[in-house]
Amino acid sequence: MDKKIQLWEGNHLVAEAAIRAGCRFFAGYPITPSSEVAEYMAWKLPQVGGTFIQMEDEIASMGAIIGASLAGVKSMTATSGPGFSLKQENLGFACIAEIPVVILNVMRGGPSTGLPTHPSQMDVMQARWGTHGDHWIIAIAPAYMDEIFRGTVRAFNLAEKYRVPVIILLDEILGHMHEGYEIPDDFEIIDRAKPDVPPEEYFPYDDSKGDVPPLAPFFTGYRYNVTGLNHDKSGFPTTNPELIQRDMERQRRKLYANLDDILWYDEYKLDDAEIGLVAFGSMGRSAQVAVDLAREQGIKAGLFRPITLWPFPEEKVQQLAEQVDTILVPEMNLGQLILEVERCVHGKANVEGVNKVGGLPIEPPEILEAIKARI
Amino acid sequence: MDRYELRFGGVGGQGVILAGTILAEAAVIYDGLYAVQSPTYTAQVRGGATKVDVIIGKTPIIYPRATAIDFFLALAQRSYDVFHHQLKEGGLLLVDSTLVSRVDEDRYRVYRVPITDLAEREIGRVVVVNTISLGLTVAMTKVVSRKAIEQAVMARAPRGTEEMNMKALQLGFAKAEEMGFAPEETKAEEAV
Repeated sequence: MDKKIQLWEGNHLVAEAAIRAGCRFFAGYPITPSSEVAEYMAWKLPQVGGTFIQMEDEIASMGAIIGASLAGVKSMTATSGPGFSLKQENLGFACIAEIPVVILNVMRGGPSTGLPTHPSQMDVMQARWGTHGDHWIIAIAPAYMDEIFRGTVRAFNLAEKYRVPVIILLDEILGHMHEGYEIPDDFEIIDRAKPDVPPEEYFPYDDSKGDVPPLAPFFTGYRYNVTGLNHDKSGFPTTNPELIQRDMERQRRKLYANLDDILWYDEYKLDDAEIGLVAFGSMGRSAQVAVDLAREQGIKAGLFRPITLWPFPEEKVQQLAEQVDTILVPEMNLGQLILEVERCVHGKANVEGVNKVGGLPIEPPEILEAIKARI
Repeated sequence: MDRYELRFGGVGGQGVILAGTILAEAAVIYDGLYAVQSPTYTAQVRGGATKVDVIIGKTPIIYPRATAIDFFLALAQRSYDVFHHQLKEGGLLLVDSTLVSRVDEDRYRVYRVPITDLAEREIGRVVVVNTISLGLTVAMTKVVSRKAIEQAVMARAPRGTEEMNMKALQLGFAKAEEMGFAPEETKAEEAV
């Protein structure tokens, strides 16, 4: 009997992982199916010297974590679809101001209030394009307990390393399910780069030493302006087209020139696959079982499971399209991830969806039937 | 058997989801097995149809929801009606006969126990319906050891209710033996 193994709820594991990653500030507004994260943080954060605050709504929660992060504290919030919609305005602010924050969205059925207690994967595109304007973010969609733990730690690490908001996408199944898990101790923790110049020489968006300028914590003597307007290196607004072009290109480049570091995915029985599946989150788990069921019947199926959804692992899907004739995309929506898969495949394979939106998951036998229908 | 699927169905407030958590804890923490607990409930806090799937196995559970159920516990008629369909033909069906009357007799192996009635009459508290149910479930399926479920229930029992919960659990074991399920020493066919 190993006492270290515990039965973890997915939501609670996100919260615990966040604390282990160094998160010391949580602001949120409870919403099913994410409320257990707030509940856990309210219990645990004060015990480790952190701060929990329940704000008046999701908009304020997002504002609070941006403020806390600027004060140098690793910060997160958790929500579901309706709350994620409300957070989009301030999420855009975090993007343009380059503030490291982590946002968990436990996906439920939508739009609007939708299906509060039932799972969906309907926020794939919202995670990428929910806030207006050109912006670059990271979204991570774990499927297993170890990925939930390491993915949450990784979300904080990437946020800190690249000064960027990172979104964790779970769905109601993963958020509420319980599974045995032993918290590991072999993980790396990354803290944001701090300035190595005195306050009078500091510029918060000075890219002369790299694409990710050091971020000085407030209240330590460094004074600078933070704004949602396009700004120059000092943080004060500018309309200088050349400066803005350069700044926006840098914000894109700081992620897209580092895809080797950011991308995370899993491949299951793809080596000799003749039919490919692309699925993520809980439907990645369903698809993995479907691969085994298909192989029992002599069908060489394989699964590509993106864990980083944004940026999307484009090259891997392009390689898959060279290998197989048909790619199926099971997802709990009427076709979102498939749009990205189709873009990458660019007509080199047939891409077809397996979709369900009534609040029930797509079960392995249903994916198997879809595979058999294409053989 | 490598994978054993159980589903507990009830209405919000009966404690079926907690029962599922405790069973999964018994499997994972005390018996060293793999287990997943996967709940489904409605937006109603009390009275909505609720279920929890518990899948227990000797290897990691990949898909976390039940698809071919071996054992189904129905604590409410509505939950039986909505959630029984994935119970295998010939699967074990345990119903609280205080609250569930109409079931598919020909399709399943049906066992009726007046669980709510027993909780009130023998223990004096209806709140232990889920603990009695856990005793019945474990004694009928042997999916985890009795020692494991005892430890898991004790770890979760609020202070001051340990004795009541242990009594309720033992009552569940006893009722299963009365229905002909062998005590633990002889392994039954349903065991993982």
